[in-house]
Amino acid sequence: MHPILKLVVQRVALSLLLLLAASVMIFVGTQILPGDVAQSILGQAATPESLANLRAELGLNDPPVTRYFDWLFAALQGDLGTALTNGRDIGESLGKRLGNTLFLAFWAAVVSVPLAIFLGLLAVRYQNRWPDKLISGITLTSISIPEFLIGYVVMYFISVKLGWFSSVAMINESMSLGQKLNAIALPVFVLTLVVLAHMMRMTRAAILNVMQSAYIETAELKGLSMFTIIRKHAFPNAIAPIINVVMINLAYLVVGVVVVEVVFVYPGMGQYLVDHVSKRDVPVVQASGLIFAAVYIGLNLIADLVSILANPRLRHPK
Amino acid sequence: MRIPLSAMIGLFFTAMYFFIAIFAPWIAPYGLTESVGDVWEPMSAKHWLGTDSIGRDLLSRMIYGGRTTIFVATAATILSFTLGSILGFFAAVVGGWADQAISRFVDLIMSMPSLIFALVVLSVMPVTMTVLILLMGLLDSTRVFRLSRAVALDINVMDYVEAAKLRGEGRAWIIFREILPNALSPLVAEMGLRFIFMILFVSTLSFLGLGVQPPAADWGGIVKENKEGIIYGVPAALMPAIAIATLAISVNLVADWILNRTTSLKGGRG
Repeated sequence: MHPILKLVVQRVALSLLLLLAASVMIFVGTQILPGDVAQSILGQAATPESLANLRAELGLNDPPVTRYFDWLFAALQGDLGTALTNGRDIGESLGKRLGNTLFLAFWAAVVSVPLAIFLGLLAVRYQNRWPDKLISGITLTSISIPEFLIGYVVMYFISVKLGWFSSVAMINESMSLGQKLNAIALPVFVLTLVVLAHMMRMTRAAILNVMQSAYIETAELKGLSMFTIIRKHAFPNAIAPIINVVMINLAYLVVGVVVVEVVFVYPGMGQYLVDHVSKRDVPVVQASGLIFAAVYIGLNLIADLVSILANPRLRHPK
Repeated sequence: MRIPLSAMIGLFFTAMYFFIAIFAPWIAPYGLTESVGDVWEPMSAKHWLGTDSIGRDLLSRMIYGGRTTIFVATAATILSFTLGSILGFFAAVVGGWADQAISRFVDLIMSMPSLIFALVVLSVMPVTMTVLILLMGLLDSTRVFRLSRAVALDINVMDYVEAAKLRGEGRAWIIFREILPNALSPLVAEMGLRFIFMILFVSTLSFLGLGVQPPAADWGGIVKENKEGIIYGVPAALMPAIAIATLAISVNLVADWILNRTTSLKGGRG
């Protein structure tokens, strides 16, 4: 078996295992840890009969292991159950919202990734001069600011004071792409700010790391032109770490989206999850938690696969 | 020892926030839940930051809120550090299957974003301050574990540790007398970063309505209470958010300074 293929298969298998383990954790976290789910849904004032009814409805009388496998196999077949609060099919509501969230995250990535790589290169080009220091300063500030502050500052100044965009990002299927993009402009801007600095700094570190390697020095000493060095030596080695940086930040974007969606009242997964956590709607929380975990683990998997595939040392085994 | 200007500024503001947090009841001009004026009054001599969504003095709410936020974050950081570093040192010194078991378990917890995990757990747990502190501390201890295990692995092969082992010292001695003192400086720098993360974490949870519950105040919760005002041009919700950011930046400046003085190890966010 080709060594790359072997690594890829191993990595995919590991991710599937992690996802399975994550599903166990979500299940354990919501079903077994606290005294009684039915009690916490209905509150202290619940009558014994209503508690018993809810327990039967949730299947709480079965042993936990049976319940876990029932839940898992149903979820694997696309049946995520029904919401406790409104009795609707979770899969249906979730599907629409997942689409909205991915739409938002996609456009945030389209804006932030090229910008971050460009600024990272700029920081390397002007290493230890003012553009580099400015970028470090902004990074330090931005990792200290909560996402919702960036969201409300942007909303307060751009939407309320200047009146440029709506402060609420509502989208629906009847809107054209242009209208949708206009509606999500502010959330995309905020998400970009949230991940940009981090991505920039990590890109800078990745490129600097490559540029300081011995083989770059060798190439310089051989008398190669700067352009040839970058094209033939630096770029192939820097691509893997840069893609890794991008993927890690995209995974982070998926989490940042939760808060930003709540700030801009955007009809996505994050808002759906938060709403149903406060309503203690356990089946919805389990389903959305599972999907968030799957997206997160999936993005990390892609990051690893790309680094494996992009690594020249692995592609040309001795 | 020369302290750079940025670290001085950081130390000053960090100390100021902690001072206000500790002496909140004596500093706050009004009570925590006392309704003293109209809804969203603008800033005035009587109410320095104006009033909030139900007419309470915003400055007083912010002072009490800071107390809650800083208390929760500090308690969670202490829990996270005690648990994470002891387990990390233990895993590094003992090695073998115990190390494998703890490390794989930590990998597992870290394979899910901590905010999502916290939301899942909070959907069934009663949202009290104790639960919040335990949850945040336990989730975050995974990161401390990774760092302290890595640091301890490096120290564990040093000659003085070998010498202690040959002397026949027990594991407790190796961990607390040999490794801990030498691992302290990178851990202290990391502690600053974890503290910031805790502040952001508890604020985010409260902002989402799943952290500190009203009428108690914390900064994230005050943002939530006043967020509708933004649309009418009332900046009340921005005030606590600015407090979070300035505290976080100050601690970051201090941590950065300690970090530059000691080592290049740094933990991640998220």
